[in-house]
Amino acid sequence: MGEKDDLNCIVIHARDNVAVARVDIEAGGAVRPRPGESFPALERIPCGHKVALVGIGMGEPVCKYGEIIGYATVDIAPGALVHTHNLKGDEP
Amino acid sequence: MKTLPRTFMGYVRPDGSVGVRNHVAIIPTVACVNGVARMVEREVGGAVAIIHGHGCGRAVEIGMHQGALAGIGANPNVAGAVVIGLGCETIDADWVASRIAEKGKPVEVYRVQEHGGSLKTARKAADAARAMVGDLSLLERVECGIDSLVLGLECGGSDAFSGVSANPAVGLVVDWVVDAGGSAILTESTEMIGTAHILARRAHDGETARQVEKVVDDAWRRAQDILGPLAPFVVAPGNMDGGISSISEKSLGCICKAGSRSIQGVYGYGTRPERTGLVIMDGPGYDMESMAGLASAGCQVILFTTGRGTPAGFPVVPVVKVASTSRLFAAMEDDMDVNAGTVLDGEPMEVVAGRIAARMLEIAGGQPSKAETNGMGGIVCLYAVTPSF
Repeated sequence: MGEKDDLNCIVIHARDNVAVARVDIEAGGAVRPRPGESFPALERIPCGHKVALVGIGMGEPVCKYGEIIGYATVDIAPGALVHTHNLKGDEP
Repeated sequence: MKTLPRTFMGYVRPDGSVGVRNHVAIIPTVACVNGVARMVEREVGGAVAIIHGHGCGRAVEIGMHQGALAGIGANPNVAGAVVIGLGCETIDADWVASRIAEKGKPVEVYRVQEHGGSLKTARKAADAARAMVGDLSLLERVECGIDSLVLGLECGGSDAFSGVSANPAVGLVVDWVVDAGGSAILTESTEMIGTAHILARRAHDGETARQVEKVVDDAWRRAQDILGPLAPFVVAPGNMDGGISSISEKSLGCICKAGSRSIQGVYGYGTRPERTGLVIMDGPGYDMESMAGLASAGCQVILFTTGRGTPAGFPVVPVVKVASTSRLFAAMEDDMDVNAGTVLDGEPMEVVAGRIAARMLEIAGGQPSKAETNGMGGIVCLYAVTPSF
């Protein structure tokens, strides 16, 4: 297994502050988004769901695909699950 | 992808466009004569019937449907066409034929009410189609550049991974083709809702930006008109469970299959783009209607990403299925052409994109896609927004 195979989530764009889990990551398990980067998951991150790569303050934009997909409704810590409970998108 | 050939073997048409198939299309101008078109298709090897449910009983869409049938006949994959009319329908068979003939292709027209009923018309049409297949089978494939490609982009039966694996990988293929001078058409306006400002920013000029915003705003308004307060839930469907948190996120996952280049123009449903490069075609999210619009707009190949899996194809355009997960690829192997799910298994996006591009070139060069092998051409569904009368 090379280092690349150990990465368990995908950072789609360099500007993103969330990554997508490519496997289920258990609470306390290591989040490994990029080579040489590892931090604990604060809760279970189901496969396909987003994990915060950095702290995202309340009201700050959440970025995926290098674009804003919504805003944090509470302070989000690195390693936390990011979903509808702490992110709100704009009305179209 | 850097090491891939930038050519494939295609058929050069009299208007300079390049086909990846050499079909003789049998085009009924109204559904009432679908059976006649089917008879011709059964009798003549190499003939493909464009079976559809339209041609009469509409006011608003009749021009659009007439244009779409003509556009399918004018598609570079069609070498010649036999148009079969009834005689009293709203769509004008001669107009459809003339638009196909403009491209320098052989076209014949038969009307059931003028040629002695269904059986006699089918016999005459079959004779014409047989002669056409004979003549056109002499055409040979020659080496053509990928700059002659117009890729249709489609996603259907999406899952939460479509926007992570299959769509971004297809986006790299689109960038590769567009950078070489080719074209791609992004459609499904409903799946752009929430990203109007992002797409508008990528428009090559102010007028295109305004058109992009209008197409997406109209799609949102239509969704609200039809679905009312349910609109946001239906637009961002069950894939919330899969980890999608907002409409913008879902739509970004859809539009990333169009890569990252600037948007050169916005066109109506089924309209052949005047500009090359990446363009947007206004159209519905329903796969079947969307693919008919792409075929009419002149796409020779449709790259179709799917997460839950669909076997759907199109009669005269090879549809290349790109699976978003390895699980789907294994579960529906007979219907899937390329597995992009390996992105989730750790394979680099560029490598996956290279495999999609390579398979696409093989299929453009004549190898059948899975949907073609399986005979999944199906019925041509055309977009409509008003009821028939």
